Amino acid sequence: MSGSVSVFVRELKLAWSGGGGAALPVGFFAAACSITPFAVGNAVENLKIAGPGVMWIALALSSLLPMERLFQADLEDGTLDAYAGSGIGMEGIAFAKTFAHWIATGIPLAIISPVLWIMLQGPPEASLFVIGASLVGSAAFFFFGSIGAGLAAGMRRGGLLIALITLPLYVPTMIFGAAALYAAATGEAWTSSLMLTGAAALFGVATSPFAAAMALRTAID
Amino acid sequence: MTASSVTSLVLEVENLAAARGLRILFEGLNFRLSAGESLELRGHNGSGKSTLLRILAGLTRQHAGEVRYSGAGQDQNDGAERHYLGHLDAVKSSETAAEQAAFWARYFGRDVSVAIDAMKRVGLAGREQVPGRGLSAGQKRRLALVRLLVEPRPVWLLDEPTAALDIEGRGLVGQLVAEHRARGGMVIAAIHGEGFEGSRTLDVSALPVGALT
Repeated sequence: MSGSVSVFVRELKLAWSGGGGAALPVGFFAAACSITPFAVGNAVENLKIAGPGVMWIALALSSLLPMERLFQADLEDGTLDAYAGSGIGMEGIAFAKTFAHWIATGIPLAIISPVLWIMLQGPPEASLFVIGASLVGSAAFFFFGSIGAGLAAGMRRGGLLIALITLPLYVPTMIFGAAALYAAATGEAWTSSLMLTGAAALFGVATSPFAAAMALRTAID
Repeated sequence: MTASSVTSLVLEVENLAAARGLRILFEGLNFRLSAGESLELRGHNGSGKSTLLRILAGLTRQHAGEVRYSGAGQDQNDGAERHYLGHLDAVKSSETAAEQAAFWARYFGRDVSVAIDAMKRVGLAGREQVPGRGLSAGQKRRLALVRLLVEPRPVWLLDEPTAALDIEGRGLVGQLVAEHRARGGMVIAAIHGEGFEGSRTLDVSALPVGALT
């Protein structure tokens, strides 16, 4: 157990210190939402229709960005061999790494989400809800993404493969999360949609470490 | 792990075969290694020394045969009895040497002071604050050796441990291996050049090869 905890702490430090691992996803998230009014038109009705959906798509794609390097660096420098050769469960490693990266990147994504939400004409009183929904949604996107990250770890330019493998797994989170955002935007009840998003996230957190671990064991074989 | 189980550990390899793609690197490998013994793996490049070590470390699946670590009457195939040092050093370029040594100490549930002692032992004293990218190839290798020292484990699986090391570094590896064996540990190492004193030798390229059909 001390193994996974120390890996978690190490990954958190590496993510913060290594030139800001969150900068690229957060920048992408902000940029994608910022240019939306230029594409769909800045009429309030247009943004009300497109805004929540675009924001949720942007969150999903921003969460995909760090996935290519999630396990690849450790595979290339032999760290994964050292972990596996010491008898620690790969499940713990996969969970610790994904969780640390979600904290380092998912939380910054959630923090800037209300700004983007208001920019896309979402009601400001729903800001706290948007933060919560982004936290839950990015957790789901990160953990499902880790399966793709494990499968593509041994490949050069595995990013495209990660997207192909992961996007179908994103569908439930996509549907329920976007539904919750639209409900909040129109002042309707969003609780059930958010709970279903949470269920998808929990399913991802619970199952993805096992799938990612299996993929990683194959990658180092 | 208690001291008694360390000294009574036995590694048994039975009828082991390794395959890479459609090629059988070797087959019919049998040996038995007891506590305090060391085995040098010899053979030309590509003969399967690294693959054999990875199989013994549980990283690569064997094509056939069995690997058993047994001691104190129980099977210990959970990986907690061995250290694997591959030809990659597992050194992170952005972490300092001291951070990495401390990480491995914590990883194995040890106190950080163990890491400081280990760094002195491998000759990295004075290099603590150098990030991984600033270490030479030999220094990276020395940093990898820290893993062996922070957590005592009976089985050391070393893939060319002296690669990139200077003469003094080679001497250091020889000393570490000798001390480890004196404590009842066992060492299996793929090695070119000068070997370890009193070590058994296995020529991997002399084993039968084949092809999968």
